[in-house]
Amino acid sequence: MAHDPAHTEHAAADGHAGGEDQHHPGWSTYWKVAVILTVITIWEVWAYYIPSLVASRIFVPMLLILSGLKFVIVVMFYMHLKYDHKLFRALFTGPLLIAALTGIALLFLFGQLVARFGPG
Amino acid sequence: MSAPAAHHYTTTGLDSRKIAIWAFIGSECMLFISLISTYLIYKGRSIVGPFPHEEWTSPDGRHFEPILDILVTSASTFVLLMSSLAMVLALSAVQNKNLPKRTRGERILGSSKLWLWMTALLGATFLGFQAYEFTSFVHEGLTLSTNLFGSSFFTLTGFHGAHVTAGVIWLVSLLAIDYRRGLGPADALNVDIAALYWHFVDVVWIVIFTVVYLIQ
Amino acid sequence: MATTAVPTSISSDSMPSDPYSGIWGWITTVDHKRIGILYLYTALSFFIIGGLEAVVIRAQLQGPNGQLVSAEMYNQLFTMHGTTMVFLAIMPLSAAFFNFLIPLQIGARDVAFPRLNAFSYWVYLFGGIFITVPIFFQLAPDGGWFGYTPLTTRAYSPGINIDFWVIGLQILGVSSLAAAFNFITTIINLRAPGMTLMRMPMFTWMSFVVQFLVILAFPVITVALVFLLFDRFFGTQFYAVAAGADPLLWQHLFWIFGHPEVYILILPAFGLVSEVLPTFSRKPLFGYPVMVYSGILIGVLGFGVWAHHMFAVGMGAIADSIFAVSTMLIAIPTGVKIFNWIGTMWQGQLRFTSAMKFAIGLVALFTIGGISGVMHSSPPADLQQTDTYFIVAHFHYVLFGGSIMGIFAGIYYYFPKMTGRMMSERLGNVHFWLNFIAMNLTFFPMHFSGMLGMPRRIYTYDSGQGWDTFNLISSIGAYMLVLATAIFLYNFFMSRKRGEVAGSNPWGAGTLEWTIPSPVPEYNFAVLPTITSRYPLWEGTEEAAESARINSQEGKTSEELGIVLPYSTVKPMIVALAMVIMFCGLITTMALTFLGAAIMVLALYSWLLSPLEPEHH
Repeated sequence: MAHDPAHTEHAAADGHAGGEDQHHPGWSTYWKVAVILTVITIWEVWAYYIPSLVASRIFVPMLLILSGLKFVIVVMFYMHLKYDHKLFRALFTGPLLIAALTGIALLFLFGQLVARFGPG
Repeated sequence: MSAPAAHHYTTTGLDSRKIAIWAFIGSECMLFISLISTYLIYKGRSIVGPFPHEEWTSPDGRHFEPILDILVTSASTFVLLMSSLAMVLALSAVQNKNLPKRTRGERILGSSKLWLWMTALLGATFLGFQAYEFTSFVHEGLTLSTNLFGSSFFTLTGFHGAHVTAGVIWLVSLLAIDYRRGLGPADALNVDIAALYWHFVDVVWIVIFTVVYLIQ
Repeated sequence: MATTAVPTSISSDSMPSDPYSGIWGWITTVDHKRIGILYLYTALSFFIIGGLEAVVIRAQLQGPNGQLVSAEMYNQLFTMHGTTMVFLAIMPLSAAFFNFLIPLQIGARDVAFPRLNAFSYWVYLFGGIFITVPIFFQLAPDGGWFGYTPLTTRAYSPGINIDFWVIGLQILGVSSLAAAFNFITTIINLRAPGMTLMRMPMFTWMSFVVQFLVILAFPVITVALVFLLFDRFFGTQFYAVAAGADPLLWQHLFWIFGHPEVYILILPAFGLVSEVLPTFSRKPLFGYPVMVYSGILIGVLGFGVWAHHMFAVGMGAIADSIFAVSTMLIAIPTGVKIFNWIGTMWQGQLRFTSAMKFAIGLVALFTIGGISGVMHSSPPADLQQTDTYFIVAHFHYVLFGGSIMGIFAGIYYYFPKMTGRMMSERLGNVHFWLNFIAMNLTFFPMHFSGMLGMPRRIYTYDSGQGWDTFNLISSIGAYMLVLATAIFLYNFFMSRKRGEVAGSNPWGAGTLEWTIPSPVPEYNFAVLPTITSRYPLWEGTEEAAESARINSQEGKTSEELGIVLPYSTVKPMIVALAMVIMFCGLITTMALTFLGAAIMVLALYSWLLSPLEPEHH
């Protein structure tokens, strides 16, 4: 009697390590990521204790970029997004974008972010 | 989670649970951005101290130092980052359970129990740091109700801590299964889902550490 | 032929081949069709309750200086009317269709997570009871359905009323979120072979967009409610102006949720209309790709318009302008849909069944609501309109004339598929016309009383302001709506027993759900269908027709077909109940919170460790 004809061709990815990956990063990639994360964190904390740097206009953008980098490498490598099916990338970046835009809008609306147009 | 899913037709060839966890993570982005935005909205607007980065003298003459301790929190941040490394190794160990291990190093890398323990312990250590921080803040005069900073800080980091706690419980549950019947490639997806959750919680902390602790 | 193995589960879950019957069968079901029917009945019940609340409101406002209810009771009535209609009626009515219909439209046997699905329903039921019971003790929430602070803070609302609201909404949020993850996964991953995204029926497409709106919007209101809960219970300062808090924080967070919420309320109805109109025009939907893209655009843009609810708070010219523009922009994809529906009907062979009338009703009445909506999008104009009955008119046109009409269309249309019988077209006709006339009688005058300055949420008004006649007409319309709804309910329940027997495709429709028998067998599809077009019954290959033929055979059981179905189980219900008890403890005694939490964790472990279905090969 009828068994689903597509049943066997489209078996879900179990019994097969991360079936949909094209590539498995190895221990060395994981280790390198850990080192980069540590280095960046040390850099950030080091910068925190340099008063002239903290007072400068570059401090906040630098921190945002550095933490953004940490964010991205954890997501790409530890969470495997670089190697996985594109669907997961879409499922994550859509909401992330909406979250980021909403957060930025709120900061503008409450005056914590100000855009200056023109001189001054 | 229960025994590995039986074979079922899927449109994408991907496991439904993995799709669901990524959707969940997307949703959590909105949760945490609301908490973080509120923290930032109220930054610098507390009428009374203690404050995160500045000292303050109360009207009745008590003096308060800036209450955040960057060095201690850097240590806890490092601990949490390393827990992600441990998690990734735990997943790898589960996936490669049946591969032969020739060297001692390979055997160590290949022990799922070891790395699940490491992740859980590092996570618990992070929670320990948080508990220490919370209690010392309360001791120093900052509570949920003291000012806007107290309310938004404890709520934001408290929610994060609750997520870490749930993660630790999840990991311990996986360990229990590992001890009972062993975790092998058939369980890789279950461990992968726990790992994705764990890394996400770590990633949220990266944002919190920068935005709350480092930026003044 | 597969054998059904002896269950090796650690629980006493039943074998699907002998599902529990009677009430226990309904309590333990994980079948999406049954869960959909549970949602339908529960939501209709709450619709009646919300409607009765409205009737009392209208009776109070029928004439000037009404004495029917006190001001405080009036506050509870309009708060609960709004809260009930939004969260306990319209959303769950949509959920009834998500549940019943989506797997059938995509060729799946069930949703991705059947037990989670059952859990969502039970949380809704218990949460709905939690938030509704207080009104019978005159303790209902009374801060408006959007609960603005500082009114809803402990300082201005010291009683337990708002606590019910805050906690109740948190509970209901869990239900919606769980369901959303379920449906997102289902739609992505359980479509039958050949059903590409651009071949999916429109209802499923619109539902897909809605689930994303849910998962992105609900966390924000969760946080807003957490802040309010913490303020009320733990003395935090999130909304405490004296501590420097911004009174607008609540408003922004609420409306970042609230605006996507209204698209959550309307898009499923749009989807239903997009199913009904083609069938009764005997033409495929006009401009299908554009309908899909406009739905997606509405969803995405919906996150960028929220502050149009706040034009009167003083955000400044720049913020006002940006939100005005985004709001006007969102009218475009919405308008496109209206034109495409008209295009669908144009030169079609129209059949005016009840479902068709309600669908056309939505097109007409939603347009009226959309016009008043566009009028609000201009901040200077909105300064006059906001907080008046002009707004009340707008949103009732889009929610009643829109969502409810669409849902009625869906009920008449899918009743045969659910029950195997047809609803009475004669009574449906009466229902439609009575409803249409009454709805306009009730809400059209509100445009005028609003323009003449009648504010929202006043429990009474003096004569001589030009509002009296309009209010009288509105109240008469409301009483007529009671009659119309009663006729509908009579039709619904009578037809279940005595309606004309329906075949698998009584309407001659084209989509996949009409290839299978009515009512639908437990397993939905005997074989997974192969899809080659958007309307498998109207066009498609021989292979597709063959699977449709196999699937339309009646009288087969799942055992005969070798199909394994999930176990029925009470665990989702237990976890739901325990969770609600846990929340109840917050306003009664902490002991309940611990008890609820403990039961919840134990039941959850039991659920997660037991298999979904019997082992099979």
